[in-house]
Amino acid sequence: MITTLHVQQGGLHTTVQDLGRYGWQSMGVPVSGALDATALRVANTLVGNAPDVAALEILGTGPVLEVNATRVRLALAGGDASIQLLSPSRRDLPNFESFCLRRGDVLRIGSLTKGAVTYLAIEGGMNLPLVLGSHSTYTRGRFGGYHGRILASHDDLPLLMSEAPERKESRLRNQTLPGTLPIRIILGPQNDFFSPEAIETLTNSPYTVTPAVDRMGMRLDGPRLTHTRGFNITSDGTAPGAIQVPGDGFPIILMADRQTTGGYPKIGCVISSDLATVARLRPGDTVHFELTSLEQATTARLDLENWFAKLPSCIEFFTPSGIIDTTALNTENLISGVVGADDPIEPYT
Amino acid sequence: MSASPRFLANGDTVMVVEFGEGIDLKTSSQVTALATHINSLGLNGINDLVPTFRSLAIHYDPTYLSFDILEEIVRTTLPDLKVNHHGKREWLIPTFYDPQMSPDLMEVAERCSLSIEEVISLHSQVAYHVYMIGFLPGFPYLGGLASKISLPRKETPSLRIPERSVAIAERMTAIYPNESPGGWYAIGRTPMTFFDPLNNPPALLAPGDQVRFKPIKRDEFDHLSGQSEHLAEQDTSGPPT
Repeated sequence: MITTLHVQQGGLHTTVQDLGRYGWQSMGVPVSGALDATALRVANTLVGNAPDVAALEILGTGPVLEVNATRVRLALAGGDASIQLLSPSRRDLPNFESFCLRRGDVLRIGSLTKGAVTYLAIEGGMNLPLVLGSHSTYTRGRFGGYHGRILASHDDLPLLMSEAPERKESRLRNQTLPGTLPIRIILGPQNDFFSPEAIETLTNSPYTVTPAVDRMGMRLDGPRLTHTRGFNITSDGTAPGAIQVPGDGFPIILMADRQTTGGYPKIGCVISSDLATVARLRPGDTVHFELTSLEQATTARLDLENWFAKLPSCIEFFTPSGIIDTTALNTENLISGVVGADDPIEPYT
Repeated sequence: MSASPRFLANGDTVMVVEFGEGIDLKTSSQVTALATHINSLGLNGINDLVPTFRSLAIHYDPTYLSFDILEEIVRTTLPDLKVNHHGKREWLIPTFYDPQMSPDLMEVAERCSLSIEEVISLHSQVAYHVYMIGFLPGFPYLGGLASKISLPRKETPSLRIPERSVAIAERMTAIYPNESPGGWYAIGRTPMTFFDPLNNPPALLAPGDQVRFKPIKRDEFDHLSGQSEHLAEQDTSGPPT
């Protein structure tokens, strides 16, 4: 039997993302991957996956999913979403906590009430082909993830595990992800295309996130940054978090699906440990930038990696109350288990 | 090879090794030579190498490598960099130049006060140098366009340039592997596939390659469009850079 999550509604922008597609930028292939890699890693950890397993990235409003598996273990981590079990009986489910659903259960992930992005991790992951070494969806190129696109009604997401193992569930104790404001940036590589006043403006003025946000970039509104040497450079490579300033003087932060090369000067770049924090901003949010050094950026990045190293100690295990049907569990244990590669899976082209 | 590039930080995960500010063959060959060399070192902690017109972007993992160590490694390799002219791959790209299928061809002829035949001949007589792949997956920037058919980019970009369009702007020509908005003048169509994510490598061309365009007729275009997989005539074989 095919094990899937059946998509009743796709949500606003739901895609399959892992930690990105590195190694092909020289051929113009964007890295893609999770906008908030921290949240993805936490969601995976909660369901017992390796941190880089592909999960569903949910922007704005989430999908409605029907479980077509004996038992599936899921967890959401990221911004706060309203999570509801719609069938067989209505009840709310928590963020930052794993839970198991059974065949026929219907899950609705509603609007995000805090943050801009959340991740639904599935124990065992999805049975999707790797494209250029990654499961990440690059929608503009129409490849990766699930048929290279956002999820839509009637899709069936094939899963690798038909019955999640019985064990205690896990929750992130303080329910918060690391990340601080203001956003720290390093100047360059084209800060010499701007006057010292422009750099001061960038670091001393509040900027507002505009509605022009997608997986490629985040356009900001605020005081214009004046170029001193024009706004065209001979195209060079871009970086995740690079702040490019086109002719109109409004900065754009380049995000996961950023083009690999670009012809606008980049005044600075968000440091890697703060990229996830940027991804959590919503249109209308205010953002401040603070200059930092390469050394401090490396320290901040190592702090983040240390946080991950200590993540297991921030997770507590518990037995969910009132939902265990021991008879059913025992019956199912006699007839099923983890299904391997010979599980008949719908051909995927 | 003597070169004293600038080492610039683009955040804490990308080092830009910048050999110059303009577009020229010497700078480009330094960039591709450095990319080839760094690649051959097989260093841990390097995620990606992105050669562009004038610089190499080295994407690295700061938990493995520091900027200073990476700079030291690159500096050490610079005196030994060899520009390889022999392994250069040469491609012949069949192209159907047709004013009905690519209406910009007419506009280019008019703006440059040339006949359509002259535009085709000027475009197809030159061997172009692949400077870099960027903008879109598999989109090659080819330098060496004749000045007689050089025009600035369109002021208002076209909303839809069809896939496999051969286009020109400034002193460059390019190929749109897939449909896209764009500001270049599309003067022809090729039946070839320039990007396929299911291929390894996914892009046909690589920086350092040489490209010529070969005018073809409608029937040949239609015939080749049906079997576009292995159309490229590669004159000299060599490993991809």
